[in-house]
Amino acid sequence: MRFVDEYRDADKARTLAASIASLCEPGRQYKFMEVCGGHTHTIYKHGIEDYLPENISLVHGPGCPVCVIPMGRVDDAIHIASQPDVIMTSFGDMMRVPGGDGSFFDAKAAGADIRMVYSPLDALKIAQRNPDRRVVFMGIGFETTAPSTAMTVLRAAAQGIGNFSVFNNHVTILPAIKAILDSPDLRLDGFIGPGHVSTVIGCRPYSFITGDYGKPLVVAGFEPLDLLQSVHMLLAQLAAGRSEVENQYGRVVPWDGNAKALQVIGQTMEPRPYFEWRGLGFISHSALRFRDEYAAYDAESVFDIPGGRVADPKACQCGEVLKGVLKPWECKVFGTACTPETPIGTCMVSSEGACAAYYNFGRFTRERVKEATR
Amino acid sequence: MTGRDTVTGRVTIREEQVLERIERARSRKARLREDAITLAHGSGGKATHTLIEAVFREAFDNPHLDRLDDSAHLTVNGTRLAFTTDSYVVSPLFFPGGDIGDLAVNGTVNDLAVSGATPLHLSAGFILEEGFPVADLRRITESMSRAAEAAGVDIVTGDTKVVERGKADGCYINTAGVGLAHAAGAEVRPGDAVLVTGPIGEHGVTIMLARGELDIEADLASDTAPLNCLLAEVRDACPGTVRRMRDATRGGVATVLNELASDAGAAVVVDESAVPVRPAVRGACELLGIDPMYVACEGRAVIVVAPEAADAALAALRRHPLGADAAVIGQVRDDPPGLVLLKTVFGGTRIVDLLVGDPLPRIC
Repeated sequence: MRFVDEYRDADKARTLAASIASLCEPGRQYKFMEVCGGHTHTIYKHGIEDYLPENISLVHGPGCPVCVIPMGRVDDAIHIASQPDVIMTSFGDMMRVPGGDGSFFDAKAAGADIRMVYSPLDALKIAQRNPDRRVVFMGIGFETTAPSTAMTVLRAAAQGIGNFSVFNNHVTILPAIKAILDSPDLRLDGFIGPGHVSTVIGCRPYSFITGDYGKPLVVAGFEPLDLLQSVHMLLAQLAAGRSEVENQYGRVVPWDGNAKALQVIGQTMEPRPYFEWRGLGFISHSALRFRDEYAAYDAESVFDIPGGRVADPKACQCGEVLKGVLKPWECKVFGTACTPETPIGTCMVSSEGACAAYYNFGRFTRERVKEATR
Repeated sequence: MTGRDTVTGRVTIREEQVLERIERARSRKARLREDAITLAHGSGGKATHTLIEAVFREAFDNPHLDRLDDSAHLTVNGTRLAFTTDSYVVSPLFFPGGDIGDLAVNGTVNDLAVSGATPLHLSAGFILEEGFPVADLRRITESMSRAAEAAGVDIVTGDTKVVERGKADGCYINTAGVGLAHAAGAEVRPGDAVLVTGPIGEHGVTIMLARGELDIEADLASDTAPLNCLLAEVRDACPGTVRRMRDATRGGVATVLNELASDAGAAVVVDESAVPVRPAVRGACELLGIDPMYVACEGRAVIVVAPEAADAALAALRRHPLGADAAVIGQVRDDPPGLVLLKTVFGGTRIVDLLVGDPLPRIC
């Protein structure tokens, strides 16, 4: 298949792996964080770690959109969904995310009308087809999905669709990276930058990471060779003593981002003073809310929302996993109390979550798997 | 294992110990935690297994049921019979390549066929929603009749119930089937070859697209088909060396492989590059972020044969039109028991676990 197979070529991977190994300083340990959950998924899906030498470890960052939604917001969404005239619409991987009192799937089983959609525009269509119902879209994700939410609200406004609103949980990646960089217990050598977010925000905003914090960052694509090449580029920077923003994903990411997408986000949304991230706590200016002009499409204005805060379960160490301080298996409840069937933390819910990815794809030690597949 | 230690607070954890703990937790009897049925309980994955263990097996416990096979083998007056049942609730009722009628016949025929039986007679129970068009019902029964003829079975008894509008989604069908049981499955052993009878995931992707919720169009049709003749030919070509056959329905090939690995207490190692997937299925799955290994089939079986029989089985499959694209996709190994491992096209490895529920499309 074109645009897929050429990025999964095992021969090229072997060549790159050899080159990666030759760039590693003997005895030095390297820790790179892939910020984006899509990368985590790719790493496990294709078995990329098999190509990396032992002294390189990949740390799975906070870029899984459903993993960072705090439980209180899930409860608020379920509260909205449980109003008798409401149709709640949501992306698929939000369905299993637990709040303080169950998930969308549980609320659906209890009678709430919750439907999976693939785009906010599908939610708008549902609103047009059901004029006597109030249709709410669960807006989640980083700058990747925020433009489509913004465009949908603009379209709803242009077409005068009054029974549609969005429960806005969109978050922004840079404050989260900054929070991680400021965390005292962290030691990272560089970042694999989020490819899809960067199609919107471009590569320039990362310069504080390479400048102020001196950590190289390579914006990477989502195919396995993209990731190997990005690791190679990071090592090359370290070997040369450089700390720069580089763009490995040039076939998709423009250096300056997508002006139109940024414009529609800016037109409809503004930063919240602060927002709670699951596991990471409150981070200032890390999320978006609708501007007052769009209050009619803001579920937080349309509905009376309890807005309660639910503390993360004590046993859950999602925060440490999201910051890369702990490997998933080092969490106290990993794989015992917290499994994909009974997730305590959201890292275990989405297949992009570090814990679920590790549980599903890499539960056994690499040596044993290697032996079995030899 | 490298024995690398990690200090976490005051506790020192070794990965190996953690993994052992997880394996122990996994081998414990499943506990049903939900108070109400969710859609995940019908997905064929872990949630379905838990429900079966915690509710149905608890209530109906007997040696036939304990096998949890595609059909029960019963000896009646010296005759070995196979008996099975399945219900069909597909939406939409009509889709490219078939309809709920073919599915209801082929699914039950296949459950008998994979368990080593010759399907003979079927029952058909209809639950119809008030207002359902008779023309649609005729269309469904005509296709059931054609499917039964193609599979060489008769529909010999049935039942009809009508529920109020809104209490069902048009038409649900249950079929049960009896057949003459021949060979019971043999033990799966390390070294055995694992085959699939054709390209995977076509039914599931066809249904997803037929629901019209995605703006994706593809030239695809459901793979629904009766497998009894095809599987009989494999048995004839490989006498005594066919270990197990399973039809891959909901949960896809990955779920069937997991069940095989778990039953056999062995590992199944699959070579991703050998798994046949049509480009349209692959493309749709790439777009949606789902894995074709978990997507439903309705006319594909996974077959485990002794290593020396792999070539003969493959040749027999490929001689039949339904098996033209059959392939050897992997091998049974002794360790790690109960796991399915995938050697990726990229040259890496990963574990293919049972899903909890249906595969959920990813956000981005």
